[in-house]
Amino acid sequence: MLKQITRSFFSRPVTINGPAAGGDALKQLAGKVEALANKRLGRSLAIREIDAGSCNGCELEIHALNNPIYDLERFGIRFVASPRHADVLLVTGPVSLNMQEAVLRTIAATPEPRWVVAAGDCACTGGLFAGSYACAGALDTVVPVDLRIPGCPPTPLQLLEGLLALLEASAGRIASPKPT
Amino acid sequence: MSESRATLHTVLAGFGQAVASHRPWPRYALDIAGWRQLIDALGHRRWPLLGLWADGRTVHAALEDHSAGEFAVASLDTVDGTYASLGAVRPAALRLERALRDLAGLNATGGADDRPWLDHGQWRAATPLAAEGARPATSRPGTDYRFLPVDGDGLHQIPVGPVHAGIIEPGHFRFHANGETIVRLEARLGYTHKGTETLMRGKSPTEAVRLAGRISGDSTVAHALAFCRAVEAASGTEVPARAHWVRAVMAEWERVANHLGDIGAICNDAAFPYIQAHSTVLREKVLQACAKAFGHRLMMDGVVPGGVAVDLAPEQAAAFAGLAADLLPPFAALCRIYDSKGSLLDRTVTTGITIRSEVERFWPPGPVGRAAGAGRDARLAPGYPPYDELSFAAPRFTAGDVDARVRVRMEEVRQSVHMIQRMLVAMPDGPTRTAVPARAGEGMVLVEAFRGEILGWVRLADDGTIARYHARDASWLQWPLLETAVYDNIVADFPLCNKSFNCSYSGHDL
Repeated sequence: MLKQITRSFFSRPVTINGPAAGGDALKQLAGKVEALANKRLGRSLAIREIDAGSCNGCELEIHALNNPIYDLERFGIRFVASPRHADVLLVTGPVSLNMQEAVLRTIAATPEPRWVVAAGDCACTGGLFAGSYACAGALDTVVPVDLRIPGCPPTPLQLLEGLLALLEASAGRIASPKPT
Repeated sequence: MSESRATLHTVLAGFGQAVASHRPWPRYALDIAGWRQLIDALGHRRWPLLGLWADGRTVHAALEDHSAGEFAVASLDTVDGTYASLGAVRPAALRLERALRDLAGLNATGGADDRPWLDHGQWRAATPLAAEGARPATSRPGTDYRFLPVDGDGLHQIPVGPVHAGIIEPGHFRFHANGETIVRLEARLGYTHKGTETLMRGKSPTEAVRLAGRISGDSTVAHALAFCRAVEAASGTEVPARAHWVRAVMAEWERVANHLGDIGAICNDAAFPYIQAHSTVLREKVLQACAKAFGHRLMMDGVVPGGVAVDLAPEQAAAFAGLAADLLPPFAALCRIYDSKGSLLDRTVTTGITIRSEVERFWPPGPVGRAAGAGRDARLAPGYPPYDELSFAAPRFTAGDVDARVRVRMEEVRQSVHMIQRMLVAMPDGPTRTAVPARAGEGMVLVEAFRGEILGWVRLADDGTIARYHARDASWLQWPLLETAVYDNIVADFPLCNKSFNCSYSGHDL
């Protein structure tokens, strides 16, 4: 194992450069953060992921964000276990009705300021499951949504673009409170 | 012929009538007396129950006679909405019967468990697959569920889920523990039920296959393959030879990518993230190569009825050959590191041992089974092209612990990469897609997904559209075993056990 670690010191990192924050995503977010201008968020975001009945494809690509190639944490974005610790709810799936209450409770348990992101076609529009007796459909049928990242599933790069836009929007025009 | 030598087909032929146009294996229509005779026979025959589902008023049970190499379906047309439960002789039937009642409204009489399973009282309609149509919704609080009672001193309950701490599908686990030791684990699933089987009805195979590929996103190739092969069997479609090979290359890369992720995740849950950091890089290489070759990282919508959507171009085949060669040395290094870390092995060896007697009652497929001495692999039995032209043996371990499930996956990564290398060389030229004729028929298939065999069964209407498709993911035969495997383990080892099984929630819930 020591040999592998030593070898990594002398090889190039596998981590790719981050993409620019996606233009579409920034447009979606414009204005939403102004309303929360009284709170300072800082340059890190905590994300609570919620699977609202997805097929697990989106989860695989969200997992990939934490691999050394995409390395989400270097942008100051991390996943947290509790909604109490979260700034962002990243929700996948067509909101299966069996998950609806859990989703709403998890979002309600997240302190303000918080943003809700619909990740994947199912969360954005209901996808192939729109109209099913077992699904609510698009996430915005049950809760207001701040950002949509479409895809089936969205690639890690597409997820990264959307989340970076959220980060920029949250850190942007908010002034730090003066120390008293 | 003496009774002990009578094979599955012979015995079922004695209980009922073979049905025409069910391919490739026979389906026998039994009456109520024949169904009771079947239950008696299952009491002393070692024929695994592969699946149990309803099509309208008809209940189907799929069975395997391993020593004779025979597969068959036994069916019962229910008259009063009931049928005798198989639960006493086949415990795998218990949850399948509960789901069957939720979806089709047919009751298993004499069953031990009458609780709803997939229906949490939240749907907009009840019994969506019932012959006479869906019934009005019966709503009740989602939390209204009688967990099994537990009695004893010093026991406490730990409810976990449906929302879990990590980035993972939702399900509820109700633990009873004495201190740190798990006394019972009872899972409650169904949270990701999307109504997939109902949505498929009336669609053409080309439309419905997109839903099949989203039964479980991590097994999109295997589930699409099961759907397509069932449709092709039902319609009598002869898929061009090259299509079998391209499909197999996709299926094996899917197996490799998942195993790489799972091996890393299991080690991460044992507080050794180093292996995950490296295995996820290897997994990423596979996904990027698959995206270049087939247009999608997970290869969704790549397997289609009649063949594949995108042929494997020569430069992509060369890239795959290079990737396969490049993967093996760093993967071997990771396996050596796993083997050399005493603190890691201390977590995985003897943890989460599947109980032998339960393994023998459920016949679990996939790595879960192969780690516990049950060596099933649908690529070998019944087998399907092109695997009949590749010689390989399913890895077999017997310890049934987390470590064995890791080692099975390691062996399968090596095996699958070698298989891909051989397939790239041996693949025939030719077309990769043919049209599927629009005609009625019934088809059944078994496909080996990375977590184990999927049973796919389809009935096509006269216009070739889907009248009924049922997919029994491997997880149905593995989730109950997880509950037995964690008994007497510490609560802190549950994530490790769960990851080492890696059952599908969405694949199970449909």
